Amino acid sequence: MRTFRLLVRAGFRRHSTYRLALLAGMTTNSVFGIIRASILLAAVASAGSAIGGYTGPMAAAFVWWGQALLGTVNLWGFQEVKERVRSGDIAVDFLRPLNPQLTYLAGDIGRAGINFLARGMPALLIGALLFDLAWPPGLLAWLVGFLSVALAVVVAFAGNFIVNLASFWLIEVRGLQLVWMIVSGLFCGLYLPVPWFPGWLRTIADWSPWPAMLQHPLDILSGRVVGTDVALVLANQLGWALVLLGLGQVVLRAGRRHLEVQGG
Amino acid sequence: MADRFARPRRRRLVPGPLGERLRPYRVLLAARARAQMQYRTSFVTDILGTVGVGLTELAEVWIIFHNVDVLGGLDFTAALLVFALSNIGFSLADMVVGHLDTLPTYIRMGQVDAFYVRPLPLLSQFMTSDISLRRVGRLGVAVVALVVALSRADVHWSVATVALIALTIVSGTAIFTALFTAAGGLQFFFVDGAEFTNSMTYGGSYAAQQSQRVFPDPLRILWTFVIPTAFVAYFPTLAILDLPGDRLGSPWLAWCSPLAALVAWLAAAACWRAGTRHYQGAGG
Repeated sequence: MRTFRLLVRAGFRRHSTYRLALLAGMTTNSVFGIIRASILLAAVASAGSAIGGYTGPMAAAFVWWGQALLGTVNLWGFQEVKERVRSGDIAVDFLRPLNPQLTYLAGDIGRAGINFLARGMPALLIGALLFDLAWPPGLLAWLVGFLSVALAVVVAFAGNFIVNLASFWLIEVRGLQLVWMIVSGLFCGLYLPVPWFPGWLRTIADWSPWPAMLQHPLDILSGRVVGTDVALVLANQLGWALVLLGLGQVVLRAGRRHLEVQGG
Repeated sequence: MADRFARPRRRRLVPGPLGERLRPYRVLLAARARAQMQYRTSFVTDILGTVGVGLTELAEVWIIFHNVDVLGGLDFTAALLVFALSNIGFSLADMVVGHLDTLPTYIRMGQVDAFYVRPLPLLSQFMTSDISLRRVGRLGVAVVALVVALSRADVHWSVATVALIALTIVSGTAIFTALFTAAGGLQFFFVDGAEFTNSMTYGGSYAAQQSQRVFPDPLRILWTFVIPTAFVAYFPTLAILDLPGDRLGSPWLAWCSPLAALVAWLAAAACWRAGTRHYQGAGG
Protein backbone atom coordinates (compact mmCIF):
# COMPACT_ATOMS: atom_id res chain seq x y z
CA MET A 1 0.00 0.00 0.00
CA ARG A 2 2.88 2.33 0.83
CA THR A 3 4.49 1.53 -2.51
CA PHE A 4 1.22 2.33 -4.24
CA ARG A 5 1.02 5.68 -2.46
CA LEU A 6 4.58 6.57 -3.40
CA LEU A 7 3.91 5.69 -7.03
CA VAL A 8 0.80 7.90 -7.03
CA ARG A 9 2.92 10.77 -5.73
CA ALA A 10 5.59 10.12 -8.36
CA GLY A 11 2.95 10.22 -11.11
CA PHE A 12 1.63 13.50 -9.71
CA ARG A 13 5.09 15.08 -9.69
CA ARG A 14 6.07 13.73 -13.07
CA HIS A 15 3.10 15.34 -14.75
CA SER A 16 3.40 18.62 -12.85
CA THR A 17 6.85 19.27 -14.36
CA TYR A 18 5.52 20.74 -17.58
CA ARG A 19 3.67 23.77 -16.25
CA LEU A 20 3.38 25.49 -19.61
CA ALA A 21 1.83 22.35 -21.07
CA LEU A 22 -0.75 22.31 -18.28
CA LEU A 23 -1.61 25.95 -18.92
CA ALA A 24 -1.83 25.30 -22.66
CA GLY A 25 -4.10 22.32 -22.11
CA MET A 26 -6.31 24.37 -19.83
CA THR A 27 -6.59 27.15 -22.42
CA THR A 28 -7.56 24.78 -25.21
CA ASN A 29 -10.07 22.98 -22.99
CA SER A 30 -11.65 26.34 -22.17
CA VAL A 31 -11.92 27.44 -25.80
CA PHE A 32 -13.64 24.17 -26.67
CA GLY A 33 -15.79 24.58 -23.57
CA ILE A 34 -17.04 27.95 -24.80
CA ILE A 35 -17.85 26.55 -28.27
CA ARG A 36 -19.54 23.40 -26.94
CA ALA A 37 -21.54 25.26 -24.29
CA SER A 38 -22.77 27.73 -26.94
CA ILE A 39 -23.99 24.85 -29.12
CA LEU A 40 -25.71 22.94 -26.33
CA LEU A 41 -27.37 26.07 -24.93
CA ALA A 42 -28.62 26.99 -28.42
CA ALA A 43 -30.01 23.46 -28.79
CA VAL A 44 -31.77 23.58 -25.41
CA ALA A 45 -33.20 27.00 -26.24
CA SER A 46 -34.40 25.73 -29.60
CA ALA A 47 -36.10 22.69 -28.02
CA GLY A 48 -37.86 24.80 -25.37
CA SER A 49 -36.77 24.39 -21.77
CA ALA A 50 -34.85 21.10 -21.63
CA ILE A 51 -33.55 18.13 -23.63
CA GLY A 52 -33.22 14.69 -22.05
CA GLY A 53 -33.54 16.13 -18.56
CA TYR A 54 -30.92 18.83 -19.18
CA THR A 55 -31.94 22.44 -18.62
CA GLY A 56 -29.71 25.23 -19.89
CA PRO A 57 -27.59 25.53 -16.70
CA MET A 58 -27.30 21.73 -16.45
CA ALA A 59 -26.17 21.49 -20.07
CA ALA A 60 -23.57 24.21 -19.41
CA ALA A 61 -22.44 22.35 -16.28
CA PHE A 62 -22.24 19.14 -18.32
CA VAL A 63 -19.95 20.84 -20.83
CA TRP A 64 -17.67 22.58 -18.35
CA TRP A 65 -17.27 19.68 -15.94
CA GLY A 66 -16.60 17.57 -19.02
CA GLN A 67 -13.87 19.95 -20.23
CA ALA A 68 -12.47 20.10 -16.69
CA LEU A 69 -12.24 16.32 -16.47
CA LEU A 70 -10.83 15.89 -19.96
CA GLY A 71 -7.23 15.80 -18.74
CA THR A 72 -8.15 13.98 -15.53
CA VAL A 73 -9.87 10.95 -17.01
CA ASN A 74 -7.54 9.33 -19.51
CA LEU A 75 -10.02 9.06 -22.38
CA TRP A 76 -7.45 9.25 -25.14
CA GLY A 77 -5.36 6.45 -23.82
CA PHE A 78 -1.65 6.13 -23.25
CA GLN A 79 1.19 4.52 -25.17
CA GLU A 80 3.58 3.63 -22.37
CA VAL A 81 2.57 0.02 -21.68
CA LYS A 82 2.28 -0.72 -25.40
CA GLU A 83 5.79 0.59 -26.01
CA ARG A 84 7.18 -1.43 -23.12
CA VAL A 85 5.59 -4.62 -24.43
CA ARG A 86 7.02 -3.96 -27.87
CA SER A 87 10.52 -3.18 -26.62
CA GLY A 88 10.45 -6.06 -24.13
CA ASP A 89 10.87 -3.72 -21.15
CA ILE A 90 7.64 -5.14 -19.78
CA ALA A 91 9.75 -8.10 -18.63
CA VAL A 92 11.38 -5.74 -16.13
CA ASP A 93 7.93 -4.74 -14.88
CA PHE A 94 7.12 -8.40 -14.33
CA LEU A 95 10.18 -8.77 -12.11
CA ARG A 96 9.08 -5.98 -9.79
CA PRO A 97 7.35 -6.86 -6.52
CA LEU A 98 4.17 -4.95 -7.44
CA ASN A 99 1.73 -6.15 -10.09
CA PRO A 100 2.30 -4.15 -13.32
CA GLN A 101 -1.37 -3.20 -13.57
CA LEU A 102 -1.31 -1.65 -10.11
CA THR A 103 2.00 0.10 -10.82
CA TYR A 104 0.59 1.82 -13.86
CA LEU A 105 -2.74 2.47 -12.15
CA ALA A 106 -0.88 4.29 -9.36
CA GLY A 107 0.98 6.44 -11.91
CA ASP A 108 -2.27 7.23 -13.68
CA ILE A 109 -4.03 8.24 -10.46
CA GLY A 110 -1.17 10.64 -9.75
CA ARG A 111 -1.44 12.04 -13.27
CA ALA A 112 -5.19 12.44 -12.81
CA GLY A 113 -4.64 14.30 -9.54
CA ILE A 114 -2.35 17.00 -10.94
CA ASN A 115 -4.53 17.39 -14.03
CA PHE A 116 -7.65 17.72 -11.90
CA LEU A 117 -6.09 20.48 -9.79
CA ALA A 118 -3.98 22.37 -12.31
CA ARG A 119 -5.95 21.91 -15.49
CA GLY A 120 -9.50 20.99 -14.50
CA MET A 121 -10.29 23.42 -11.70
CA PRO A 122 -9.11 26.58 -13.54
CA ALA A 123 -11.12 25.52 -16.61
CA LEU A 124 -14.17 25.03 -14.43
CA LEU A 125 -13.62 28.44 -12.86
CA ILE A 126 -13.55 30.06 -16.31
CA GLY A 127 -16.73 28.21 -17.20
CA ALA A 128 -18.41 29.37 -14.02
CA LEU A 129 -17.43 32.98 -14.72
CA LEU A 130 -18.69 32.93 -18.31
CA PHE A 131 -21.78 30.76 -18.03
CA ASP A 132 -24.63 30.08 -15.64
CA LEU A 133 -23.81 26.58 -14.35
CA ALA A 134 -25.95 24.20 -12.30
CA TRP A 135 -24.14 22.90 -9.19
CA PRO A 136 -24.43 19.69 -7.18
CA PRO A 137 -27.45 20.05 -4.83
CA GLY A 138 -25.56 19.53 -1.55
CA LEU A 139 -22.28 18.74 0.19
CA LEU A 140 -22.98 15.02 -0.08
CA ALA A 141 -23.54 15.36 -3.83
CA TRP A 142 -20.16 17.10 -4.15
CA LEU A 143 -18.40 14.31 -2.27
CA VAL A 144 -20.18 11.58 -4.20
CA GLY A 145 -19.39 13.46 -7.40
CA PHE A 146 -15.67 13.44 -6.64
CA LEU A 147 -15.87 9.74 -5.76
CA SER A 148 -17.52 9.19 -9.13
CA VAL A 149 -14.67 11.08 -10.83
CA ALA A 150 -12.14 8.81 -9.09
CA LEU A 151 -14.01 5.72 -10.26
CA ALA A 152 -14.13 7.15 -13.80
CA VAL A 153 -10.33 7.54 -13.73
CA VAL A 154 -9.97 3.87 -12.74
CA VAL A 155 -12.45 2.60 -15.36
CA ALA A 156 -10.81 4.61 -18.16
CA PHE A 157 -7.36 3.41 -17.09
CA ALA A 158 -8.46 -0.23 -16.86
CA GLY A 159 -9.99 -0.13 -20.34
CA ASN A 160 -6.96 1.52 -21.91
CA PHE A 161 -4.64 -0.87 -20.14
CA ILE A 162 -6.36 -3.83 -21.83
CA VAL A 163 -6.10 -2.10 -25.22
CA ASN A 164 -2.37 -1.58 -24.57
CA LEU A 165 -1.94 -5.23 -23.65
CA ALA A 166 -3.24 -6.27 -27.05
CA SER A 167 0.29 -5.55 -28.22
CA PHE A 168 1.34 -8.90 -26.73
CA TRP A 169 -0.38 -10.45 -29.74
CA LEU A 170 -0.53 -7.64 -32.33
CA ILE A 171 2.52 -5.88 -33.73
CA GLU A 172 0.80 -2.51 -33.99
CA VAL A 173 -2.19 -1.62 -31.82
CA ARG A 174 -2.56 1.92 -33.15
CA GLY A 175 -5.65 0.97 -35.16
CA LEU A 176 -7.22 -0.66 -32.12
CA GLN A 177 -6.44 2.38 -30.00
CA LEU A 178 -7.99 4.66 -32.60
CA VAL A 179 -11.18 2.58 -32.68
CA TRP A 180 -11.29 2.60 -28.88
CA MET A 181 -10.81 6.37 -28.84
CA ILE A 182 -13.54 7.02 -31.40
CA VAL A 183 -16.11 4.67 -29.85
CA SER A 184 -15.41 5.66 -26.27
CA GLY A 185 -15.47 9.36 -27.21
CA LEU A 186 -18.95 9.02 -28.58
CA PHE A 187 -20.42 6.79 -25.88
CA CYS A 188 -18.81 8.35 -22.82
CA GLY A 189 -20.56 11.66 -23.41
CA LEU A 190 -17.51 13.58 -24.56
CA TYR A 191 -19.38 15.20 -27.46
CA LEU A 192 -23.01 15.16 -26.38
CA PRO A 193 -24.90 13.89 -23.32
CA VAL A 194 -25.82 10.23 -23.71
CA PRO A 195 -29.49 10.94 -22.78
CA TRP A 196 -29.73 12.98 -26.01
CA PHE A 197 -29.04 9.91 -28.14
CA PRO A 198 -31.85 8.24 -30.09
CA GLY A 199 -33.23 5.15 -28.27
CA TRP A 200 -31.21 2.35 -29.88
CA LEU A 201 -27.91 4.21 -29.60
CA ARG A 202 -28.64 4.93 -25.99
CA THR A 203 -29.29 1.27 -25.29
CA ILE A 204 -25.87 0.41 -26.68
CA ALA A 205 -24.30 3.10 -24.49
CA ASP A 206 -26.16 1.91 -21.39
CA TRP A 207 -24.75 -1.61 -21.72
CA SER A 208 -21.20 -0.46 -22.40
CA PRO A 209 -18.47 0.61 -19.94
CA TRP A 210 -17.97 4.00 -21.58
CA PRO A 211 -20.57 6.14 -19.76
CA ALA A 212 -18.82 5.12 -16.53
CA MET A 213 -15.76 7.05 -17.75
CA LEU A 214 -17.36 10.50 -18.04
CA GLN A 215 -21.14 10.63 -18.40
CA HIS A 216 -21.82 9.30 -14.88
CA PRO A 217 -19.68 11.78 -12.93
CA LEU A 218 -21.01 14.58 -15.14
CA ASP A 219 -24.58 13.56 -14.34
CA ILE A 220 -23.92 13.73 -10.60
CA LEU A 221 -21.90 16.97 -10.73
CA SER A 222 -24.44 18.77 -12.94
CA GLY A 223 -27.27 17.70 -10.65
CA ARG A 224 -29.16 15.75 -13.30
CA VAL A 225 -28.94 12.51 -11.34
CA VAL A 226 -30.00 12.90 -7.69
CA GLY A 227 -31.28 10.84 -4.77
CA THR A 228 -31.17 7.07 -4.91
CA ASP A 229 -30.25 7.07 -8.61
CA VAL A 230 -26.80 8.26 -7.54
CA ALA A 231 -26.24 4.93 -5.79
CA LEU A 232 -27.17 3.07 -8.99
CA VAL A 233 -24.74 5.14 -11.03
CA LEU A 234 -21.91 4.56 -8.54
CA ALA A 235 -22.65 0.82 -8.46
CA ASN A 236 -22.45 0.75 -12.26
CA GLN A 237 -19.07 2.49 -12.17
CA LEU A 238 -17.72 0.25 -9.41
CA GLY A 239 -18.93 -2.82 -11.30
CA TRP A 240 -17.18 -1.74 -14.49
CA ALA A 241 -14.00 -0.85 -12.62
CA LEU A 242 -13.85 -4.33 -11.08
CA VAL A 243 -14.77 -6.10 -14.32
CA LEU A 244 -12.19 -4.24 -16.41
CA LEU A 245 -9.43 -4.51 -13.79
CA GLY A 246 -10.17 -8.25 -13.48
CA LEU A 247 -10.18 -8.71 -17.24
CA GLY A 248 -6.90 -6.76 -17.38
CA GLN A 249 -5.34 -9.22 -14.90
CA VAL A 250 -6.48 -12.18 -17.00
CA VAL A 251 -5.09 -10.66 -20.20
CA LEU A 252 -1.88 -9.68 -18.43
CA ARG A 253 -1.37 -13.25 -17.22
CA ALA A 254 -2.07 -14.68 -20.67
CA GLY A 255 0.32 -12.15 -22.21
CA ARG A 256 3.00 -13.04 -19.70
CA ARG A 257 2.85 -16.66 -20.80
CA HIS A 258 2.89 -15.61 -24.45
CA LEU A 259 5.76 -13.15 -24.10
CA GLU A 260 9.15 -14.02 -25.45
CA VAL A 261 11.96 -11.52 -24.98
CA GLN A 262 15.06 -11.96 -27.11
CA GLY A 263 18.54 -11.25 -25.89
CA GLY A 264 19.38 -10.00 -22.46
CA MET B 1 19.60 8.94 -56.86
CA ALA B 2 18.32 5.96 -58.75
CA ASP B 3 15.61 8.15 -60.20
CA ARG B 4 18.13 10.39 -61.90
CA PHE B 5 19.78 7.53 -63.71
CA ALA B 6 16.67 5.54 -64.46
CA ARG B 7 14.53 8.19 -66.08
CA PRO B 8 16.57 10.87 -67.77
CA ARG B 9 14.03 11.39 -70.55
CA ARG B 10 11.23 12.27 -68.18
CA ARG B 11 13.24 15.22 -67.00
CA ARG B 12 13.46 16.80 -70.37
CA LEU B 13 9.68 16.63 -70.78
CA VAL B 14 9.14 19.07 -67.90
CA PRO B 15 8.67 22.43 -69.58
CA GLY B 16 10.18 25.61 -68.25
CA PRO B 17 12.01 26.56 -65.09
CA LEU B 18 8.92 26.43 -62.82
CA GLY B 19 8.45 22.72 -63.39
CA GLU B 20 12.15 22.28 -62.77
CA ARG B 21 11.90 24.18 -59.49
CA LEU B 22 8.95 22.13 -58.28
CA ARG B 23 10.57 18.84 -59.22
CA PRO B 24 12.21 18.14 -55.80
CA TYR B 25 8.85 18.59 -54.08
CA ARG B 26 7.13 16.29 -56.53
CA VAL B 27 9.72 13.60 -56.03
CA LEU B 28 9.58 14.02 -52.24
CA LEU B 29 5.80 13.88 -52.05
CA ALA B 30 5.64 10.86 -54.33
CA ALA B 31 8.18 9.11 -52.10
CA ARG B 32 6.19 9.94 -48.94
CA ALA B 33 2.99 8.72 -50.53
CA ARG B 34 4.62 5.48 -51.67
CA ALA B 35 6.10 4.95 -48.22
CA GLN B 36 2.72 5.32 -46.55
CA MET B 37 1.09 2.79 -48.81
CA GLN B 38 3.87 0.27 -48.24
CA TYR B 39 2.20 -1.32 -45.22
CA ARG B 40 -1.17 -1.97 -46.78
CA THR B 41 -3.07 -3.19 -43.68
CA SER B 42 -1.80 -0.36 -41.54
CA PHE B 43 -2.70 2.16 -44.24
CA VAL B 44 -6.23 0.79 -44.64
CA THR B 45 -6.73 0.78 -40.85
CA ASP B 46 -5.56 4.38 -40.68
CA ILE B 47 -8.02 5.41 -43.39
CA LEU B 48 -10.85 3.56 -41.64
CA GLY B 49 -9.82 5.42 -38.50
CA THR B 50 -10.19 8.83 -40.11
CA VAL B 51 -13.50 7.71 -41.62
CA GLY B 52 -14.53 6.89 -38.06
CA VAL B 53 -13.46 10.34 -36.84
CA GLY B 54 -15.49 11.94 -39.64
CA LEU B 55 -18.51 9.80 -38.84
CA THR B 56 -18.48 10.66 -35.12
CA GLU B 57 -18.37 14.35 -35.99
CA LEU B 58 -21.30 13.78 -38.33
CA ALA B 59 -23.12 11.80 -35.63
CA GLU B 60 -22.85 14.82 -33.37
CA VAL B 61 -24.79 16.95 -35.85
CA TRP B 62 -27.32 14.18 -36.42
CA ILE B 63 -27.92 13.57 -32.69
CA ILE B 64 -28.53 17.28 -32.06
CA PHE B 65 -31.08 17.39 -34.87
CA HIS B 66 -32.68 14.25 -33.45
CA ASN B 67 -33.67 16.53 -30.55
CA VAL B 68 -34.34 19.85 -32.29
CA ASP B 69 -35.61 20.92 -35.73
CA VAL B 70 -33.68 24.14 -36.02
CA LEU B 71 -30.31 25.11 -34.55
CA GLY B 72 -28.97 28.62 -34.95
CA GLY B 73 -31.40 29.33 -37.78
CA LEU B 74 -30.38 26.27 -39.80
CA ASP B 75 -32.34 23.08 -40.42
CA PHE B 76 -30.64 19.68 -40.69
CA THR B 77 -29.86 19.99 -44.43
CA ALA B 78 -28.29 23.41 -44.01
CA ALA B 79 -26.32 22.24 -40.96
CA LEU B 80 -25.14 19.26 -43.01
CA LEU B 81 -23.93 21.61 -45.72
CA VAL B 82 -22.00 23.67 -43.16
CA PHE B 83 -20.52 20.46 -41.77
CA ALA B 84 -19.54 19.24 -45.24
CA LEU B 85 -17.93 22.46 -46.48
CA SER B 86 -15.93 23.04 -43.32
CA ASN B 87 -14.77 19.44 -43.15
CA ILE B 88 -13.66 19.39 -46.79
CA GLY B 89 -11.59 22.52 -46.24
CA PHE B 90 -10.18 21.26 -42.96
CA SER B 91 -9.26 17.77 -44.11
CA LEU B 92 -7.56 19.08 -47.27
CA ALA B 93 -5.52 21.51 -45.18
CA ASP B 94 -4.84 18.84 -42.56
CA MET B 95 -3.57 16.52 -45.28
CA VAL B 96 -1.08 19.08 -46.57
CA VAL B 97 0.10 20.93 -43.45
CA GLY B 98 -1.53 19.18 -40.48
CA HIS B 99 1.83 17.72 -39.51
CA LEU B 100 3.15 21.22 -38.68
CA ASP B 101 1.54 20.28 -35.37
CA THR B 102 4.48 18.01 -34.65
CA LEU B 103 6.96 20.86 -35.06
CA PRO B 104 7.79 20.96 -31.31
CA THR B 105 8.99 17.36 -31.60
CA TYR B 106 11.30 18.34 -34.46
CA ILE B 107 12.52 21.34 -32.47
CA ARG B 108 13.23 19.27 -29.36
CA MET B 109 15.03 16.57 -31.35
CA GLY B 110 17.16 19.16 -33.09
CA GLN B 111 15.89 18.08 -36.49
CA VAL B 112 14.94 21.59 -37.53
CA ASP B 113 18.63 22.33 -38.01
CA ALA B 114 18.75 19.62 -40.65
CA PHE B 115 15.99 21.40 -42.55
CA TYR B 116 17.94 24.65 -42.45
CA VAL B 117 20.99 23.28 -44.23
CA ARG B 118 19.04 22.00 -47.21
CA PRO B 119 18.74 24.28 -50.24
CA LEU B 120 14.93 24.60 -50.13
CA PRO B 121 12.72 27.07 -48.22
CA LEU B 122 11.95 25.92 -44.68
CA LEU B 123 8.17 26.08 -44.90
CA SER B 124 7.90 24.19 -48.16
CA GLN B 125 10.24 21.55 -46.75
CA PHE B 126 7.95 21.13 -43.75
CA MET B 127 4.90 20.96 -45.95
CA THR B 128 6.42 18.24 -48.08
CA SER B 129 8.04 16.47 -45.13
CA ASP B 130 4.87 14.47 -44.86
CA ILE B 131 1.54 14.18 -46.59
CA SER B 132 -1.09 12.46 -44.54
CA LEU B 133 -2.92 10.42 -47.12
CA ARG B 134 -4.87 8.65 -44.40
CA ARG B 135 -6.88 11.83 -43.88
CA VAL B 136 -8.56 11.03 -47.17
CA GLY B 137 -11.03 9.05 -45.02
CA ARG B 138 -12.39 12.11 -43.29
CA LEU B 139 -12.45 13.95 -46.61
CA GLY B 140 -14.55 11.11 -48.05
CA VAL B 141 -17.15 11.46 -45.29
CA ALA B 142 -17.29 15.21 -45.91
CA VAL B 143 -17.71 14.81 -49.67
CA VAL B 144 -20.58 12.33 -49.20
CA ALA B 145 -22.18 14.76 -46.73
CA LEU B 146 -21.83 17.54 -49.32
CA VAL B 147 -23.54 15.49 -52.04
CA VAL B 148 -26.35 14.46 -49.69
CA ALA B 149 -26.87 18.00 -48.42
CA LEU B 150 -26.92 19.51 -51.92
CA SER B 151 -29.36 16.90 -53.22
CA ARG B 152 -31.70 17.29 -50.24
CA ALA B 153 -31.64 21.07 -50.37
CA ASP B 154 -33.68 23.20 -52.71
CA VAL B 155 -30.74 24.78 -54.52
CA HIS B 156 -31.31 27.14 -57.46
CA TRP B 157 -28.42 25.90 -59.54
CA SER B 158 -26.57 28.43 -61.63
CA VAL B 159 -23.03 29.11 -62.75
CA ALA B 160 -22.70 31.38 -59.73
CA THR B 161 -23.66 28.56 -57.34
CA VAL B 162 -21.10 26.17 -58.79
CA ALA B 163 -18.47 28.90 -58.76
CA LEU B 164 -19.30 29.74 -55.16
CA ILE B 165 -18.93 26.11 -54.03
CA ALA B 166 -15.56 25.80 -55.77
CA LEU B 167 -14.44 29.16 -54.39
CA THR B 168 -15.53 28.16 -50.90
CA ILE B 169 -13.57 24.91 -50.96
CA VAL B 170 -10.42 26.64 -52.21
CA SER B 171 -10.65 29.53 -49.74
CA GLY B 172 -11.66 27.23 -46.89
CA THR B 173 -8.61 25.07 -47.47
CA ALA B 174 -6.44 28.19 -47.70
CA ILE B 175 -7.84 29.58 -44.44
CA PHE B 176 -7.19 26.36 -42.51
CA THR B 177 -3.74 26.04 -44.09
CA ALA B 178 -3.02 29.57 -42.88
CA LEU B 179 -4.20 28.68 -39.36
CA PHE B 180 -1.94 25.63 -39.26
CA THR B 181 1.00 27.67 -40.56
CA ALA B 182 0.42 30.48 -38.08
CA ALA B 183 0.20 27.87 -35.32
CA GLY B 184 3.44 26.35 -36.59
CA GLY B 185 5.20 29.72 -36.42
CA LEU B 186 4.01 30.21 -32.84
CA GLN B 187 5.30 26.75 -31.85
CA PHE B 188 8.84 28.13 -32.09
CA PHE B 189 7.97 30.29 -29.07
CA PHE B 190 5.88 27.80 -27.11
CA VAL B 191 7.52 24.39 -27.67
CA ASP B 192 6.16 22.78 -24.49
CA GLY B 193 2.95 24.75 -24.69
CA ALA B 194 2.15 23.56 -28.20
CA GLU B 195 -1.40 22.82 -27.16
CA PHE B 196 -2.09 26.58 -26.99
CA THR B 197 -2.35 26.73 -30.74
CA ASN B 198 -4.78 23.80 -30.85
CA SER B 199 -7.48 26.22 -29.79
CA MET B 200 -6.82 28.11 -33.01
CA THR B 201 -6.56 25.16 -35.43
CA TYR B 202 -8.85 22.47 -34.03
CA GLY B 203 -10.98 24.97 -32.13
CA GLY B 204 -11.32 27.03 -35.30
CA SER B 205 -12.34 23.96 -37.25
CA TYR B 206 -14.92 23.04 -34.62
CA ALA B 207 -16.33 26.57 -34.68
CA ALA B 208 -16.44 26.55 -38.48
CA GLN B 209 -18.76 23.53 -38.40
CA GLN B 210 -21.46 25.41 -36.53
CA SER B 211 -24.14 27.85 -37.41
CA GLN B 212 -22.50 31.06 -36.30
CA ARG B 213 -25.76 32.19 -34.74
CA VAL B 214 -25.28 29.80 -31.81
CA PHE B 215 -22.38 31.99 -30.63
CA PRO B 216 -22.60 35.18 -28.59
CA ASP B 217 -21.70 38.36 -30.52
CA PRO B 218 -18.08 38.76 -29.32
CA LEU B 219 -17.30 35.22 -30.48
CA ARG B 220 -18.98 35.82 -33.83
CA ILE B 221 -16.81 38.87 -34.35
CA LEU B 222 -13.78 36.76 -33.41
CA TRP B 223 -14.71 34.01 -35.90
CA THR B 224 -15.31 36.60 -38.62
CA PHE B 225 -12.53 39.15 -38.28
CA VAL B 226 -9.74 37.55 -36.24
CA ILE B 227 -9.80 33.82 -36.98
CA PRO B 228 -11.99 33.93 -40.08
CA THR B 229 -13.56 30.49 -39.89
CA ALA B 230 -17.10 31.81 -40.44
CA PHE B 231 -16.09 32.28 -44.09
CA VAL B 232 -15.26 28.60 -44.46
CA ALA B 233 -18.80 27.23 -44.40
CA TYR B 234 -21.44 29.32 -42.67
CA PHE B 235 -21.56 32.39 -44.95
CA PRO B 236 -21.34 30.23 -48.13
CA THR B 237 -24.19 28.04 -46.87
CA LEU B 238 -26.38 31.12 -46.41
CA ALA B 239 -25.61 32.15 -49.99
CA ILE B 240 -25.99 28.69 -51.58
CA LEU B 241 -29.32 27.97 -49.88
CA ASP B 242 -30.54 31.54 -50.27
CA LEU B 243 -31.10 31.95 -46.53
CA PRO B 244 -31.52 35.33 -44.89
CA GLY B 245 -28.58 36.45 -42.77
CA ASP B 246 -28.64 38.64 -39.73
CA ARG B 247 -26.76 41.78 -38.72
CA LEU B 248 -23.49 39.93 -38.09
CA GLY B 249 -23.59 37.66 -41.11
CA SER B 250 -25.02 38.28 -44.56
CA PRO B 251 -25.01 35.86 -47.51
CA TRP B 252 -22.94 38.27 -49.66
CA LEU B 253 -20.02 37.78 -47.28
CA ALA B 254 -19.61 34.35 -48.88
CA TRP B 255 -17.97 36.05 -51.87
CA CYS B 256 -15.41 37.66 -49.56
CA SER B 257 -13.91 34.32 -48.52
CA PRO B 258 -10.84 34.73 -50.82
CA LEU B 259 -10.21 38.08 -49.13
CA ALA B 260 -10.43 36.41 -45.72
CA ALA B 261 -8.04 33.72 -46.92
CA LEU B 262 -5.60 36.36 -48.17
CA VAL B 263 -5.61 38.23 -44.87
CA ALA B 264 -5.23 34.97 -42.96
CA TRP B 265 -2.24 34.09 -45.14
CA LEU B 266 -0.57 37.44 -44.55
CA ALA B 267 -0.94 36.91 -40.80
CA ALA B 268 0.31 33.34 -41.10
CA ALA B 269 3.35 34.47 -43.07
CA ALA B 270 4.13 37.05 -40.37
CA CYS B 271 3.82 34.39 -37.64
CA TRP B 272 6.01 31.94 -39.52
CA ARG B 273 8.63 34.60 -40.20
CA ALA B 274 8.67 35.68 -36.56
CA GLY B 275 8.98 32.06 -35.47
CA THR B 276 11.85 31.15 -37.75
CA ARG B 277 13.68 34.39 -36.86
CA HIS B 278 13.24 33.53 -33.18
CA TYR B 279 14.61 30.02 -33.59
CA GLN B 280 18.23 29.75 -32.51
CA GLY B 281 19.00 26.10 -33.03
CA ALA B 282 19.04 23.24 -30.62
CA GLY B 283 22.83 23.14 -30.42
CA GLY B 284 23.04 19.99 -32.48
